[in-house]
Amino acid sequence: MMPDLGKYALWVLSAYGAGLVLIAALVIQSIWRDRKMARLLAEIEARQKRSGGRHG
Amino acid sequence: MMALLGRDLALALRSGGGFGLSLAFFLIVVVFVPFGVGPDTEVLARIAPGVLWIAALLSCLLSLDRIFQLDWEDGSLDALVMAPLPLEGVVAMKALAHWLTTGLPLTVIAPLLGVLLDLPGPAAPWVFLSLLVGTPALSLLGAFGAALTVGIRRGGLLLSLLVMPLYIPTLIFGALTASRAGEGLDFLTPFALLGGVTLLAAALIPFAAAAALRINLR
Amino acid sequence: MSIWEYANPVRFMRLSDRVLPWLAALSAIVMLVALVWGFFFTPDDYRQGSTVKIIFIHVPAAMIAINAWVMMLVASLIWLVRRHHVSALAAKAAAPVGAVMTMIALVTGAVWGEPMWGTWWAWDPRLTSFLILFLFYLGYIALWAAIDNPDTAADLTSVLAIVGSVFAVLSRYAALIWNQGLHQGASLSMDRAEHVADVFYYPLVTAIVGFILLFVTLVVLRTRTEIRARRLRALLARESRE
Repeated sequence: MMPDLGKYALWVLSAYGAGLVLIAALVIQSIWRDRKMARLLAEIEARQKRSGGRHG
Repeated sequence: MMALLGRDLALALRSGGGFGLSLAFFLIVVVFVPFGVGPDTEVLARIAPGVLWIAALLSCLLSLDRIFQLDWEDGSLDALVMAPLPLEGVVAMKALAHWLTTGLPLTVIAPLLGVLLDLPGPAAPWVFLSLLVGTPALSLLGAFGAALTVGIRRGGLLLSLLVMPLYIPTLIFGALTASRAGEGLDFLTPFALLGGVTLLAAALIPFAAAAALRINLR
Repeated sequence: MSIWEYANPVRFMRLSDRVLPWLAALSAIVMLVALVWGFFFTPDDYRQGSTVKIIFIHVPAAMIAINAWVMMLVASLIWLVRRHHVSALAAKAAAPVGAVMTMIALVTGAVWGEPMWGTWWAWDPRLTSFLILFLFYLGYIALWAAIDNPDTAADLTSVLAIVGSVFAVLSRYAALIWNQGLHQGASLSMDRAEHVADVFYYPLVTAIVGFILLFVTLVVLRTRTEIRARRLRALLARESRE
């Protein structure tokens, strides 16, 4: 299955590796931060709703 | 306008105004280079124009946060924004005051410090001229960076990070003019472009910096 | 019904909530197809051997790196003119994506350059320009991070984006004049992408589409995060005022 990369195998693999790692890190960080923000916002909104209408 | 310029100059020249500091810093950076790369005069002569340019640029950075900081702290910046003067003109005057107290002295002593680096004779006048033409752009762009970061406490490091990429064209053209003059190559093309960058900065930056100040003082 | 309808944060949240899963799935599929195609099913180049496969990451990343900045500039202008919060936040959201893409282009370029040019780094104008672009991204992100008030931050970063664009373009030409002698760009230039054989061209186009989809997905996702962060900030401020 693995294509024959010849003498440049190390370079091609490390380029793909580095590229994919950076993309994965960006995607994971984006999702993680979005989840965190959604959770925090939900908590605050629930708290403010509970403490009643004085927030207007 | 002229009163404003005079006031800024007086403030900078007063002791503690930082006037001598950037010159001393310039000297130290230039002295550091032979310690770092070795005393080989051939190597030093080759890199001298570039080193002088980089050292001048870094010395220029040191005093940038003073451009608006003092006026911001004592509230006179608010008065300047409200004043009937165009804020763009105020910014231009501030940049001019910064240049007169930083860029111009650096320009004057650069060829002298060139002696320490074995600066080639033909390059010396062009180090002077390229700095003379290029440093106003450094002060203008610095005023823009200072206007962006005026509201931020301890914004000095951020200011450097914002301003340094903007300095790249000036550095490239300025150092290229000086080093090409030293090697006897065509240096008028980069010199003309250096002047072009300064003119562009003079035309564009006062408006951008004034806009940034208005945003910060809202 | 105009496009500006979606500049309303609430509408944007509602729409993006519906669109985002499809967008994410689509970009994942296209990326996967493009990279598998590029990595496993393309022949070696007669001159560059298997290193030519790096093109399927390098060139799309480089294109996104530049166009992300252009998108930030346009979004900043829209914010300054029309004061749509979504626009300002989209510019903020795009910056880290653009910075990472610039980094990918630089890293894959270095890894490609080592066997081809015999060096990890050459001060070639194109490489230099990307490094400079990276510095501009860093400054932009740092300015956003340093200012508390979101509207002030949006205004100041917009001004920086405009001035930065002018000087980034200037730097690009300065780098060209500074070192035109080393212009060995033939082995990796955009122009070449138009000349490469069909076996490389189609997977490359697929990869570019994949990267564009990935960029859009990430920007939409991160814009949602920023909108929530902004609302969170407003709620906390209201709470502490009592």
